[in-house]
Amino acid sequence: MSNSDPIINIRDLRKIYRNGKVAVEALRGVNLDVAQGEFLSIAGPSGSGKSTLFHIVGGLTPPTSGEVIVAGENVSKVGDAGRTELRRKCVSFVFQKFNLLPNLTARDNIRVALYISGKGKAGFTAEFATILDLLGIAGRLDQKPNEMSGGEQQRVAIARALATGPAILLADEPTGNLDTANSLAVLTLLRDLNTRLGQTILMITHNVEAAEYGHRIVHMRDGRIVETADAA
Amino acid sequence: MTFRLVWENIAHRPLRTLLSVLMIAVPVTLILTLIGLSTGFVEDSRRRQNGVGADILVKPNGASLVGFTNATMPLKMVTMLEAEPHVAQAMGEVVATIGGFDAIMGIDPPAFKRMSGGFDFDSGHDFQAPDDILIDSWYADQAHVKAGGSLTLLSHKWNVAGIVEPGKLGHIFAQMAPLQQLEGGEGKVTQIYLKLDDKAHMNEVIEYLRKKYDGFPIVSMAELQSLISVDKIPLLSTFLHVIEGIGVVIAFLVVALSMYMAVLQRTREIGILKSLGATRGFIMTLILAEAFCLGLGGTVFGVVFSYGAAAAIHAVMPASLPVAIVYSWWPIAGGIAMGAALLGALYPAMIAVRLDPIEALAYE
Repeated sequence: MSNSDPIINIRDLRKIYRNGKVAVEALRGVNLDVAQGEFLSIAGPSGSGKSTLFHIVGGLTPPTSGEVIVAGENVSKVGDAGRTELRRKCVSFVFQKFNLLPNLTARDNIRVALYISGKGKAGFTAEFATILDLLGIAGRLDQKPNEMSGGEQQRVAIARALATGPAILLADEPTGNLDTANSLAVLTLLRDLNTRLGQTILMITHNVEAAEYGHRIVHMRDGRIVETADAA
Repeated sequence: MTFRLVWENIAHRPLRTLLSVLMIAVPVTLILTLIGLSTGFVEDSRRRQNGVGADILVKPNGASLVGFTNATMPLKMVTMLEAEPHVAQAMGEVVATIGGFDAIMGIDPPAFKRMSGGFDFDSGHDFQAPDDILIDSWYADQAHVKAGGSLTLLSHKWNVAGIVEPGKLGHIFAQMAPLQQLEGGEGKVTQIYLKLDDKAHMNEVIEYLRKKYDGFPIVSMAELQSLISVDKIPLLSTFLHVIEGIGVVIAFLVVALSMYMAVLQRTREIGILKSLGATRGFIMTLILAEAFCLGLGGTVFGVVFSYGAAAAIHAVMPASLPVAIVYSWWPIAGGIAMGAALLGALYPAMIAVRLDPIEALAYE
């Protein structure tokens, strides 16, 4: 793990959702630094604010107040176009439900991500081919999602996320839809990617065992970070 | 990659794609068929006028140049006009409309033969009795009648003496005198055709006749043919504009509904693209490109269907409803369909680009 300047810097982050006249405070003054190359697990029960934090760091929704700097971009001061640019250039997502485009093969799912990021013409690099081998899906690239197991789909989703060379990989309950064996395989993969490639990973999970795969575990409750601990 | 995404979206839902394409094809077919009908009608009129072999047409005093009036010109005018300078022959004609666009042309057979060269018979023979009529092969097909059969027209039973080749004056021919009697216009004709001894004197003769026969519409056949066009028939051109408008509305609604459903069905996929960093422009391009493809498919199907419609109409009413295939209208009809398709996709595209990525990703 590298201990250089934090790649994610969050100060007094607040997020309020309004539903009619009802205001729900999802984040209540979160402060967090994530170092480059760190594998950080964010754990907490439903409604703790971990998903909201994830969405703000990923540029999927703006904060209500506070400062969020991701890979040098001040997310709290950019508009929709700026957040789109952040998703295009700096962050990639791995979701619980895989979220692959169902009409496309695994290869095309990855190509779409490359195309959108502006790296479409480069094709698959030798380095990326190594990642595909590591993920064990090099022979499954011409299959469509409905022809793959959940574990395979999640590996394709990880490959898609890594194809663009993101500064940060954001994983939202990546093992939530997988059986035990596939969960272990995916978590091991994430840790390998972090170790071998120095990939910064921010993983949300409510599973304590999964959280242990990170270097550090941040526990959240009621929109606040209540505990930070190094993994065992 | 954009094309790949669009194509996969189209191919992934073949039934929706096919229905959308077929629905867009409807207005394209409608437009092309109606244009084909109006153009076919105009071309048929021109061909038949051309087949007369005349140089100048004289219509009754105060009559319109396009369309028919009752027989009001005295037959003696035929003799008078034939005596005018450079007029080699004058031929009177009685036109009795029988409903729709059809009419019986009452002719003086020897005069008609001299001016036009006569009929080319497919079967049967020339006029022999007062109740004899000749019909061209198109009308014979339409009326399902052969030479030797009979037809009741204007509440009168006619003997079909012969079937002739189409392209001269009309589709149904009777001798002038019995038709005049039937119409109560003895000694009157509807219009008079003139053939000149030398076409070089055309303008000079027309100018002379217009002065001498003041108030009678007198035109060269070339000028008459230029007047018979879709643009110069006010009701027809208005009708066509209305049909174009209906075509635009149908294509617009079809594509709007289709693309709206597509955007709803694809909400999650749009969310995925947004999570990958797809810009609003990229997503809008995808939706509009898909609408463009649907419009293009609809145009191709519409053109193919217009051939089918033309064949069907020709099989049923070849004489009354002649249909032409008007190639120049293919891009126009296609442009209307694709323009409406893009317009219809615009609102769904706006919805797509405004989707909240988190809500879109959570969409089931």
